[in-house]
Amino acid sequence: MKKTLHHIGLSIVALICLIPFLWMLSASFMTAGETGQFPPRFWPEQFTIEHYRTLFDRLNLSRYFLNSVLISGAATLISLLVNSMAGYAFAKLRFKGKEGLFKVLMAALVIPGQVTMLPVFLMLKEMGLINTYWAILIPGMASIFGIFLIRQYALSIPDSLIEAARMDGATDFQVYWKVILPLCKPILITLAIFTFMGTWNDFLWPLIVLNDQEMYTLPIALANLMGEHVQDTELMMAGSVMTVLPIIILFIVLQKYYIQGIMMGGVKE
Amino acid sequence: MSAIRSSTHWGSVFLFLGPALGAIGVFFFIPVIAAFFMSFTDFDIYSLGNWDFARFVGFANYQKLMENPVFWQALKNTFYFVLVGGPLSIAVSLMAAMMLNSPLTKLRSMFRVVYFLPVVTTLVAVAVIWRYIYHPKFGLLNYGLSFLDISPVDWLGDPFWAMPSLIIMAVWKNFGYNMIIFIAGLQNIPKDLYESAMLEGANPWQQFRYITLPMLAPTTVFITLMTIIGYFQFFAEPYVMTQGGPLNETLSIVLYMYQEGFRWWNMGFSAAIAFVLFIIIFIATAIQLRLQKEGSH
Repeated sequence: MKKTLHHIGLSIVALICLIPFLWMLSASFMTAGETGQFPPRFWPEQFTIEHYRTLFDRLNLSRYFLNSVLISGAATLISLLVNSMAGYAFAKLRFKGKEGLFKVLMAALVIPGQVTMLPVFLMLKEMGLINTYWAILIPGMASIFGIFLIRQYALSIPDSLIEAARMDGATDFQVYWKVILPLCKPILITLAIFTFMGTWNDFLWPLIVLNDQEMYTLPIALANLMGEHVQDTELMMAGSVMTVLPIIILFIVLQKYYIQGIMMGGVKE
Repeated sequence: MSAIRSSTHWGSVFLFLGPALGAIGVFFFIPVIAAFFMSFTDFDIYSLGNWDFARFVGFANYQKLMENPVFWQALKNTFYFVLVGGPLSIAVSLMAAMMLNSPLTKLRSMFRVVYFLPVVTTLVAVAVIWRYIYHPKFGLLNYGLSFLDISPVDWLGDPFWAMPSLIIMAVWKNFGYNMIIFIAGLQNIPKDLYESAMLEGANPWQQFRYITLPMLAPTTVFITLMTIIGYFQFFAEPYVMTQGGPLNETLSIVLYMYQEGFRWWNMGFSAAIAFVLFIIIFIATAIQLRLQKEGSH
């Protein structure tokens, strides 16, 4: 009895989480205007894919989709390389001022990123990078959180492994490339998902630095669509499906790594 | 002494840390300092073409801010969001974590994925859906409430309901994240504490009050801190749902900063707004840490 009640409770919360998504999916297949009815319909009267057609044929969705994939993919690769090198250095290299430097980075987490937006924008403008993908990739290439994740994980790698490699004549870079990186694979996957999803979902910064429609990522294109086609609810729903579906699939496949990352971030040193 | 115990060659340190620290320095630390100086200038759309047009104006931007009713409105709204939305979202996260962590729970990982889905999905898409859920005529929420004989509410258009509506959406979207951290905290509590409490006849509420809450304290402090910092930066929800309306009732500090800076290009003024936010977050963090220290003594 208690067990049944418990699971009814769990299921109600699950439904609250799911219903908006299920309804989005269902509405995206409804004919135009069907959502504008009372009482609301939960299932399309006539199943249609016309809105997906419109998105791809008339509204250039495949271009935005490609933009999102390319930017998120590139941002992920850069972030993996840059943050793993720094994380390794903070975990395993020995040099003066290491602890102090790391503390400064941690303290900087309190500064809201919005403070930096105006000067970064001006800086990129001076460099002529506004309205290019570099304006997204370069400022985001290193992240304090990413360095922290890698460092925490690399700390658990025994020094003896590194020493053994050193005995065989490995340089610092070879140690990093051949010993550390392979051992850090789980946390690298975690960082990759975080970066990919973060870039995919990012809204404010791309909105500021990208001006040409051709260059839009999916969320910007969707927000733009929201302004122009505010009446076409079913079309908007189809656009939303195309924006969230890749990310949901990615999450479900790799959720183990994602959740591990949150737990590591939440555990104090 | 083996090679690893001696200090590393500076060339290596530079190679490994250079790219990351260089990027963080150029795109984070220098801009923070630059924004600080900018907040004392009248940097605007004319200065954008030629920086020479910007003049030093002392505290004029801050003074203008203090005299500006829109700023106080934005400040009030942001505190509303932080003080109501923050605790609410933490409470929901904790409840969900305890439900999932219960030994009774079957299909735990399936429920966990479902609870987490709103966290990973794109906010703009979520906004499209929720604008419709909140639709005054055809929305699912008013339809559901009609069964309880509650007459339709214009959730996003009513100055009183707009902010609660955004808070509910934000809690729905975010609770899964802190839930995961709470689960990690709950799993660290030794099981025998509960067993001995049960032997002594403690009821579930007493177990929660005298075991779960105290043992979770470090996790809760961490989550509260991160939630407060994050919620002070409230921006995307009002941007996509209400544009700060109706009557500026959902205008947040960051949205105000964005509008002044990137819509009207009053960048000096906007930088002052950013710094006021920074100071508020800084004070809030300091208070939190102080409370935590006092609590642990």
